[in-house]
Amino acid sequence: MFKFDHAKIETNATLLMVLSLIVVSIGGLVEIAPLFYLQNTIEKVEGVRPYSPLELMGRNIYIREGCYLCHSQMIRPFRDEVERYGHYSLAAESMYDHPFQWGSKRTGPDLARVGGRYSDDWHVQHLINPQSVVPESVMPKYSFLMNAEIRVDDIEKHLKANRTVGVPYTDEMIKNAKTDLLAQADPDSDGAEDVTARYPKAQVSNFDGDPKKLTEMDALVAYLQMLGTLVDFKSYRAKDNLR
Amino acid sequence: MDYEILRQMADSWGLLYLMIVFIGVVIFTFRPWARKRYDDAAKIPLKED
Amino acid sequence: MMVEKVSRLNPFLRLGTRRVICEEGTPMATTLSSIGIFAVAGILALLGAAKAHDSLFAAHAWIAVIACLIAIFVITRRSGHSDHGAAEEEKYMDGVVRYGAIATMFWGVVGFTAGLVIALQLAFPVLNLDLPFTSFGRLRPLHTSAVVFAFGGNALLCTSFYVVQRTCQARLALGNAAWFVFWGYQLFIVLAATGYVLGITQSREYAEPEWYVDLWLTLVWVVYLLVFLGTLFKRKEPHIYVANWFYLAFIVTIAMLHIVNNLAVPVSFMGSKSYSLFSGVQDALTQWWYGHNAVGFFLTAGFLGMMYYFMPKQAERPVYSYRLSIIHFWSLIFMYIWAGPHHLHYTALPDWAQTLGMVFSIMLWMPSWGGMINGLMTLSGAWDKMRTDPIIRMMVLAVAFYGMSTFEGPMMSIKAVNSLSHYTDWTIGHVHSGALGWVGMISFGAIYFMVPRLWGREQLYSLRLINWHFWLATLGIVVYAAAMWVSGIMQGLMWREYDAQGFLVYSFAESVAAMHPFYVIRAFGGGLYLAGALIMAWNIYCTIKGRKRDEAPMGAPVIAAA
Repeated sequence: MFKFDHAKIETNATLLMVLSLIVVSIGGLVEIAPLFYLQNTIEKVEGVRPYSPLELMGRNIYIREGCYLCHSQMIRPFRDEVERYGHYSLAAESMYDHPFQWGSKRTGPDLARVGGRYSDDWHVQHLINPQSVVPESVMPKYSFLMNAEIRVDDIEKHLKANRTVGVPYTDEMIKNAKTDLLAQADPDSDGAEDVTARYPKAQVSNFDGDPKKLTEMDALVAYLQMLGTLVDFKSYRAKDNLR
Repeated sequence: MDYEILRQMADSWGLLYLMIVFIGVVIFTFRPWARKRYDDAAKIPLKED
Repeated sequence: MMVEKVSRLNPFLRLGTRRVICEEGTPMATTLSSIGIFAVAGILALLGAAKAHDSLFAAHAWIAVIACLIAIFVITRRSGHSDHGAAEEEKYMDGVVRYGAIATMFWGVVGFTAGLVIALQLAFPVLNLDLPFTSFGRLRPLHTSAVVFAFGGNALLCTSFYVVQRTCQARLALGNAAWFVFWGYQLFIVLAATGYVLGITQSREYAEPEWYVDLWLTLVWVVYLLVFLGTLFKRKEPHIYVANWFYLAFIVTIAMLHIVNNLAVPVSFMGSKSYSLFSGVQDALTQWWYGHNAVGFFLTAGFLGMMYYFMPKQAERPVYSYRLSIIHFWSLIFMYIWAGPHHLHYTALPDWAQTLGMVFSIMLWMPSWGGMINGLMTLSGAWDKMRTDPIIRMMVLAVAFYGMSTFEGPMMSIKAVNSLSHYTDWTIGHVHSGALGWVGMISFGAIYFMVPRLWGREQLYSLRLINWHFWLATLGIVVYAAAMWVSGIMQGLMWREYDAQGFLVYSFAESVAAMHPFYVIRAFGGGLYLAGALIMAWNIYCTIKGRKRDEAPMGAPVIAAA
């Protein structure tokens, strides 16, 4: 029998380390592990789909510029938040978010449902010079996005990496990733209809007003314009998604 | 495992279990005959540089 | 013989004829093999730069190349001309601690300056300069990582090496491995910082560096653990002193958190972008399980190790209750890990998880205050030192702020309070009372304590300057926290205010405009804190140089000051 004695722990570095590791593992295991099988954290909600290639690129710019440091994407179920921002956020709405963008601070407003609230032009103008449309704003200017072109050649790799971590991109989506990426910002192109077929509710538009180039501005606005628009809350029944 | 079950577990067995562990740890740590050892240990930093 | 001849011809081989390097007394074979390792690593990095999938990855590969070149240069130079045969080993390996103390000071000033810059950017957005590299979104991770990992991390590295050697009466284990930990960690900092400015980030708060930097840190961290454990194994003291428990728990827990939270699949093995393994709600809780325990173990457990060594040392009396410290240790490390969900109150995280997080956060108040009382009561019977010893005063203030923020934290984790405080500046104020008050002040105290001893100086350059530092820092923290309390609570109340007709009173933009005066005040508070740190840097510099300031002793009647 192992005779328990604290003196042993205090004089045995390995034991001290192993015991510490066990003690600090418990909390995380109890709290995190169930989230991978509990019904209300893994269930799907009608309408939620993987990001289109252009939206995904826009999302990567959102991440790169640290937007999440000032904008949350998580509406809490309070009257004022629901009135200000829209229906409270569902777990399913971020199920394809690798990583999540819930944020922790609102120096600026929540963006979980910003999609469709403003025109593309407004977004472009706002990103180029936020104070020109919202004088009180403390947001930095992102005019450089207009001149930065989106890299097109590795988009398939991005989709594949997402598939590896569990996003259900089909072979067809991956095969057509490049054309979809270009077509979503070009309403006149042949592929425009295919984009909406593969990614329902995806908006096809010449987002930044410059048809010649596919810019980071195109991608970021495409992403912002789809945020929170996938679930139709007229038909969504909250009872099925109690949490 | 929904919230209600967990809440009941935490209120009853969970609470009892953690209390017992905690009291056990306190009693054990403050057992009188270990005083000397702990006093010695506390002086380790003061020995020398 | 052969070697000697060749070495005269080739300056790079000259190192072989003498058997010394820095303080370690490294024989030639070791020197050559370490140059070989760096050469191989440098070539690999060069290949990485050539084959890079994107220009950002190439930039980082070039930094690695430069780091390898510097390493090779320094090693050859060192072995070339230091010839005071450090052959007989000193009792303790303090060179790395000295470097760590300087690095702590350096990164502290860098991190505080970055903080002041972004504080000013929020008050005056024109300071974003309309450049991608200087926008708030890229500089904020630079600030947080610089203060947490560069300043705090170096403070933990050097104090843990200092403390473990002295409480074990043993030299650091594994020879030059401690140097690898130190320089490897600095490389991690440089890669992380340059990455943020260039736009490389995982967007996981306090875990922003991308997958390859994470892998590098994992390697460095494992070696750190081995050095620390190895030194514990070598100890001549039967008992492992409690400060080392805290350091050890900090090292192993951070390893666990770091690895799990950074699981990701890169787009290309030669590219800078990756996608996290988890998504949505699972990802959110994993991140905040990490994020909260970066506070709990990096910024608390490790620094408690500091408190349990340096406070008794400076007060010249043993810790108030050694037994309380044992209970403090086990209950603190058990409970902290549960508290993460309080960062996700009222989100799509299931309620039961939120409630668990809240309950454990509130319980956490008890061990935290147990530790605070233990620290403060160490001074019982020696309270007069508060008057004459500014270092003790600094440490006492640190512990007092520890107590204050570990009361505020549990309070803010209560869901009803959190519904107001979350997403507001109140959180920022809370973090800074802990970071500036507790982490900063206890680190300053430890550095002030160590530096004269490490460089063999009789005393610090000036005690009166510590007094200046103390008051500037204290005032800075109070101004900072007060501004953030007011702005945070005001913000929260404005967002939820309804008029008699049932309409929301304020637009979001109006709440932003209302923050302006408080952002200015906050920047002022941060400026005071930075000024204190600059005074400290000057004081430390002069102490290292061996100067002594001509001044009236502390605690003497003040007339002398005139």
